[in-house]
Amino acid sequence: MKYNNAYNFDLYPKTLRWQEGDLTATRTTMWSGPGCHNGCQLIFYTDKDGKLVKVEGDPNSPYNQGRLCLRCLELPEITNHQDRLKWPLKRVGERGENKWERISWDEAYDIIAENVRKFQKETGPESIVSMMGTGRNVSQALGQNQYANFGGPDVCLAFLSGDSCMNPRVALCYVMMGNINVADMSQFRENRYEDDSEWAAPENIIVWGNNPVVSNSDCFLGHWIVESMKRGSKLTVVDPKLTWMAAKADTWLRIRPGTDAALALGMLNVIINEDLYDHDFVEKWTHGFEELKACVQEYTPERMAEICWINKHDLVDAARTYANAKPGCIQWGLAVDQSKIGISTAQAIMCLVGICGNLDIPGGNVLIDQSANLNFSYGCGIDTLEPGMREKRLGDDKFILKTYGFGSTSQSDSVLEAIETGLPHPVRMLWLQSANPIANMAQDAPRVYKAIKSMEFVVVIDLFMTPTAVALADLVLPAAMSHERDCIRVWYDPLRTLSKCGTYYEAKEDEQIGIDLGKRLAPHKWPEWVNTTRDFMNWKLQEGGVPWTMEEIEAEGGMIYHPFNYKKYEKGLCRMDGEPGFNTPTGKFELFITVFEAFGNVAPSLPYWEEPPESPYSTPELFKEYPLVLTTGHRSFEFFHSEHRNSKTSRELHANPLFDIHPEAAEKFGITEGQWCWIENRMGRFRQIARFDITLDPRVIRAEHGWWFPEKEAAEPTLFGVFDSNPNNVIPQFEYGPTGYGAPVKSLIAKVYACTEENSKITPTEQVTKLGGFGYVK
Amino acid sequence: MSNNTERYGLLIDYEYCSGCHVCEVACKKEHDLTVGQWGIKIHQDGPRQLDNGRWEYTYIPVPTSLCDLCADRVKGGKLPNCVHHCQAGVMVYGKISELAEKVDKDTMAIFSR
Ligand code: SF4
Ligand code: SF4
Ligand code: SF4
Repeated sequence: MKYNNAYNFDLYPKTLRWQEGDLTATRTTMWSGPGCHNGCQLIFYTDKDGKLVKVEGDPNSPYNQGRLCLRCLELPEITNHQDRLKWPLKRVGERGENKWERISWDEAYDIIAENVRKFQKETGPESIVSMMGTGRNVSQALGQNQYANFGGPDVCLAFLSGDSCMNPRVALCYVMMGNINVADMSQFRENRYEDDSEWAAPENIIVWGNNPVVSNSDCFLGHWIVESMKRGSKLTVVDPKLTWMAAKADTWLRIRPGTDAALALGMLNVIINEDLYDHDFVEKWTHGFEELKACVQEYTPERMAEICWINKHDLVDAARTYANAKPGCIQWGLAVDQSKIGISTAQAIMCLVGICGNLDIPGGNVLIDQSANLNFSYGCGIDTLEPGMREKRLGDDKFILKTYGFGSTSQSDSVLEAIETGLPHPVRMLWLQSANPIANMAQDAPRVYKAIKSMEFVVVIDLFMTPTAVALADLVLPAAMSHERDCIRVWYDPLRTLSKCGTYYEAKEDEQIGIDLGKRLAPHKWPEWVNTTRDFMNWKLQEGGVPWTMEEIEAEGGMIYHPFNYKKYEKGLCRMDGEPGFNTPTGKFELFITVFEAFGNVAPSLPYWEEPPESPYSTPELFKEYPLVLTTGHRSFEFFHSEHRNSKTSRELHANPLFDIHPEAAEKFGITEGQWCWIENRMGRFRQIARFDITLDPRVIRAEHGWWFPEKEAAEPTLFGVFDSNPNNVIPQFEYGPTGYGAPVKSLIAKVYACTEENSKITPTEQVTKLGGFGYVK
Repeated sequence: MSNNTERYGLLIDYEYCSGCHVCEVACKKEHDLTVGQWGIKIHQDGPRQLDNGRWEYTYIPVPTSLCDLCADRVKGGKLPNCVHHCQAGVMVYGKISELAEKVDKDTMAIFSR
């Protein structure tokens, strides 16, 4: 059934570069904005001036096998977009006026160095914080620059409350099993699917809290599941909306947003009480089964189904199907993190994987590592911090997983708190790299806008002039895109290269900015020979003891797979000491997390259920006023978070922000399809266009995120309309769980009403930028 | 039909078409189509619930009069741009007679040019 694999491989040599007519073809990896964090392999076709003319998916890549999303197909349009930032800009008007002066990179570096030195001297390097948007190529550049050049200990995702994207799942997996794990679609081997002698298509795949064909999140291509479906896999889909995958599933669990932990606990109850678990694995490899068994007794399928607004039989069925599948796997997503009890949710789901014996087996959930032993993430360069500096990292004193290094970023809310209060120390300079928080990443975006406005010096590095840059930056620097970069990618196998094949005006690679600033600010923290990004990569490869140079990886076609082992815990491949077992204090897969107990019960050691902070049941009075459950953050094919709003093709397909509402609910609230509506709660409001969806529970609405309007006026009070359609107007900060992780993004309550001329006189953006915000009490 | 004027076409297994718009955009880029113009368009049936409780939710991509089966690309030895990039790998390009032989299940359609 490999229908479309009839590529003419004569035209696609496995080399790095070749000529096709007038065009130079370069085989490289997509791993920068605009786009996702997957790192698909592409062929970039450039003309003699280095201009990107077209792209194709690389048929030789086992990872994406020639296929691409529409976002990568429209890359030439975005790369050559007239509005791309071309050179460094210095603010000349007030912040928000959108008045800039072109300056040289040297002038920009001088201004940065002068400010950095001033803050270092007056209030210490800890008064400088660096943040990024989603994790991509920028990660290692950000860390290295912050730690080595600025000398401060704080790096985090830009005002992402509770670090609520991937980080909760990662931290939980580290304490529970000493490793992360991913649904196995044979993606870590060069021969895919039936060509892999060991892989087996999962009998049952639970798609939990994500829509993989659209989101491709967490380095996982959703269409791998489609390939697995063609090979016989049956699906269970956990989603408040009937996604395309849910329609193809044997069981669709239309869950109330924010109740994933309840569902998992109910399923654990069924699997344990019906004796469907894998006794062998549980006895040999897990810790705390009896405690888990006792703990899930109160979480009966009846009660949990009621909490989740699903049918008890469906819950029981889903549990039995997963437990009986040989193998079964769980592809989990963002919904897990975006709940106040994100850690507990992740733990409950991982308990399912563990007790059913689906860990690290073909077609199960496999333990994985980076494809090379470099710290190419938020921690890159952290060992260059001066003694005593690491301890000043914001949030470390409050959150034990941070203190002990299970999470590699500062706790985001703690950074916001420091900016607002000056405690425990002042934060005066903000470095925002590929981040547009007020359009996308920051919960309570109006509050974050106000907080950043108070800062003394803000630098934004991005592809386009974003609302964040206009409103808040003193300096705006142009960033390169993937094909304008030399880099290596180590996030899971295969090890990949990005090989430069074009330039755009004065846009620079993030690492290059770090190298250049290093020469001015901290030459002693850098090897003298590191002058280019290629040098940077070779330096880090050497440091990490990787046996290849970047050029050698490129000579392999820019992609190297390592041998992949299943059941690594049996083979002594998980622990530092080489003994069998897991890299945890007990050496076991910890159903009961001993680390939480050992640190003084900082969080429950067993998974638990708790209502979202605001919900029909936790705040019934408030629910009368705001009678709908609001969920947000799902993806669209056309956009990656706040990116691609300036792409003509994406906007042709998806012109405006849409929220989904059941027609019955729409009728009740006097809303017609296609109408602009206000969505409001006690914090504020935003507007989107109603799209009817008969598959939703009529008590649930579902709004899009990341919207701003590059076609609108940049200057305040319009500010590209950044707050007008932004669900972050109604999502709080500081609603994290006991370990500092999690945020209630998926489970809010709200009301909805049609926009009228009368009630739309003041836009949310004007409200925030000119009238001091929505005025709710913090 | 099997003579030297044999028609070519696209076989689409729309059971697995995810509606990802890639064929639409691949075509648009290959042919530099302006806003509002498409060489292939995805049509959607559902979601609606069937009497048996299951859901019908199907996408089916339909080539338009602007589709030339990527004559230039094919001449150069490549696959049509939509076929090359289809995320679900559900499109096949070829002679109609050969495509017909590949039809072995429900939910398959052949478009000929
Ligand atoms: S998943 Fe899609 S957007 Fe992301 S790199 Fe691959 S083709 Fe591009
Ligand atoms: S074959 Fe070519 S012209 Fe026809 S729909 Fe596909 S991409 Fe468009
Ligand atoms: S590219 Fe393939 S999967 Fe995507 S919409 Fe077109 S036919 Fe369907």
